[in-house]
Amino acid sequence: MAGAGGGGNDVQWCFSQVKGAIDDDVAEADIISTVEFNHSGELLATGDKGGRVVIFQQDIEKSQPQCRSEYNVYSTFQSHEPEFDYLKSLEIEEKINKIRWLPQKNAAQFLLSTNDKTIKLWKISERDKRPEGYNLKEEDGRYRDNSTITTLRVPVFRPMDLMVEASPRRIFANAHTYHINSISVNSDNETYLSADDLRINLWHLEITDRSFNVVDIKPANMEELTEVITAAEFHPHQCNTFVYSSSKGTIRLCDMRASALCDKHSKLFEEPEDPSNRSFFSEIISSISDVKFSHSGRYMMTRDYLSVKIWDLNMENRPVETYQVHEYLRSKLCSLYENDCIFDKFECCWNGNDSVVMTGSYNNFFRMLERTQRHDVTLEASRECSKPRQVLKPRRVCAGGKRKKDEISVDSLDFNKKILHTAWHPQENVIAVATTNNLYIFQEKVN
Amino acid sequence: MNLNEEAKRIMAISISKLYSSRTQRGGLRLHRSLLLSLVMRSARDIYHSVQVLNETAEQQHTVPCEPQETVIEEPMDTSTDQTVPDVSIESTETDPTTDEEADIKPPKAEDGEWDKENRDWAQCDRHSRKRRGKAAAEPEFLPSKKARMDTEDDRRVGVLRSSNGNCCRSVEILTQISVPSAIEAF
Repeated sequence: MAGAGGGGNDVQWCFSQVKGAIDDDVAEADIISTVEFNHSGELLATGDKGGRVVIFQQDIEKSQPQCRSEYNVYSTFQSHEPEFDYLKSLEIEEKINKIRWLPQKNAAQFLLSTNDKTIKLWKISERDKRPEGYNLKEEDGRYRDNSTITTLRVPVFRPMDLMVEASPRRIFANAHTYHINSISVNSDNETYLSADDLRINLWHLEITDRSFNVVDIKPANMEELTEVITAAEFHPHQCNTFVYSSSKGTIRLCDMRASALCDKHSKLFEEPEDPSNRSFFSEIISSISDVKFSHSGRYMMTRDYLSVKIWDLNMENRPVETYQVHEYLRSKLCSLYENDCIFDKFECCWNGNDSVVMTGSYNNFFRMLERTQRHDVTLEASRECSKPRQVLKPRRVCAGGKRKKDEISVDSLDFNKKILHTAWHPQENVIAVATTNNLYIFQEKVN
Repeated sequence: MNLNEEAKRIMAISISKLYSSRTQRGGLRLHRSLLLSLVMRSARDIYHSVQVLNETAEQQHTVPCEPQETVIEEPMDTSTDQTVPDVSIESTETDPTTDEEADIKPPKAEDGEWDKENRDWAQCDRHSRKRRGKAAAEPEFLPSKKARMDTEDDRRVGVLRSSNGNCCRSVEILTQISVPSAIEAF
């Protein structure tokens, strides 16, 4: 069945493909840092720490009932290079923090990719014809001797092997003092926002030499800094509305019609902290790492270290749903602080009809949280479960006490294998899950 | 005390993370630095509150002796055991720091213990204020990456750290420097 469908207990997920090197020795440049489907789901883009973007295309012609979608490499290009800020004596990493696709307007595809400081608009276009029969040039490009030209002919287009070209069309630079964590394209298809730790800027896609600052939370005295911006996103339908999350676990909704500067929020979403859970690390685990609107625009989802929360935009004082991702880690926070895992920024995503949400965890586990019946399942992306169309078995973690068969104990989890980035096809039950340097594609089991 | 040890350990871990983040590629991450400083602050607060509790408990333990003495003697006279060490310390420390000693001398004489500690703290504070830059630059628990420039300073820093009464003070100095400077770096 087409349609995004429910991803609940009636959907079984099976392995489709895995992209990336097989060997365990992971080159740092190959670490995947972002994953994003385009609006039709036909294209899947990944960015890595080495500043490269790889785009996969869904091969629809080859699709058969058993194997609905196969994604193959469509284009690879170097989006960002390492740079050096001479004034601050700092290196600017080339790691791609986010990729966002623009809605398609013509034959070409456009995406925005960003590193810590610079956003670039890339045009990806296909070339499957080339002109032949020039008068002044040979086929290989060498200029013909004028004396040999005796007739005139009209060059014609002849088919050629498909070539996919990526070219940078706009470079939006020098607008961020701090590290960019989010970009979001507006529903008006003309503007987009970029957010760093303390500021959010509004850009026009055609104008690169200036941007408009809409949020600035930098205090006059940096010693008084108490929170930073962690993520920001435009509303999917209301072009005047955007939200940004903070390191204190709050989300602010801003309306650009209210004032030019949106330092004052229109709505503040915050859940009071449970005092029984207070610890040294309460602030860290309450920091929101990702915020995503539902496709409907009615809800938004936030991810903090241990949980996923779904908020109704009409209710500010608490989320409507809270899901524990890996509550068994609450007693291990000190160790996770020591090994830095507590700073990991997990992302989350909605399925096409907003009935299921997905997020990653450790040991290459990822969680599917079904909203209507509150079912949840833990699955694993691993080479062991990578036979074609192999159905994924639910995994269980034993928090304490007697470990049952097929369960894995908390202490056996591999914290180096983390799934931070996941993406869900906008229309089908096809998901892309990024482990450290591999991209797994799973799809719904078709009988 | 477990909480105390835990707080101290977390403070040490936080400081080392803050230092190592300075050499990270891409520069200091504001979000990470903020979270580290928040953890360090709460650990420091817990550590100090435990210290204060300890001191209060000690004082409460000794105070019951005094009413028995003051019934016989005048209120200003605390037990001779308490006053003698006070006097001896005062005599050794008044020489280099006469004016400031007078300023910080607490009004109550029976808070002998507190007085002594406060004076010690001021003394060390004076020394550490001069050497603060060095202390912050080269914490002991981190491997030193460069040859120590000034051996005299190190001896003094070493003295600060080795004596029991000042052990927590040196950590406090470090935290006072590190927490705001992590953010000020931006």
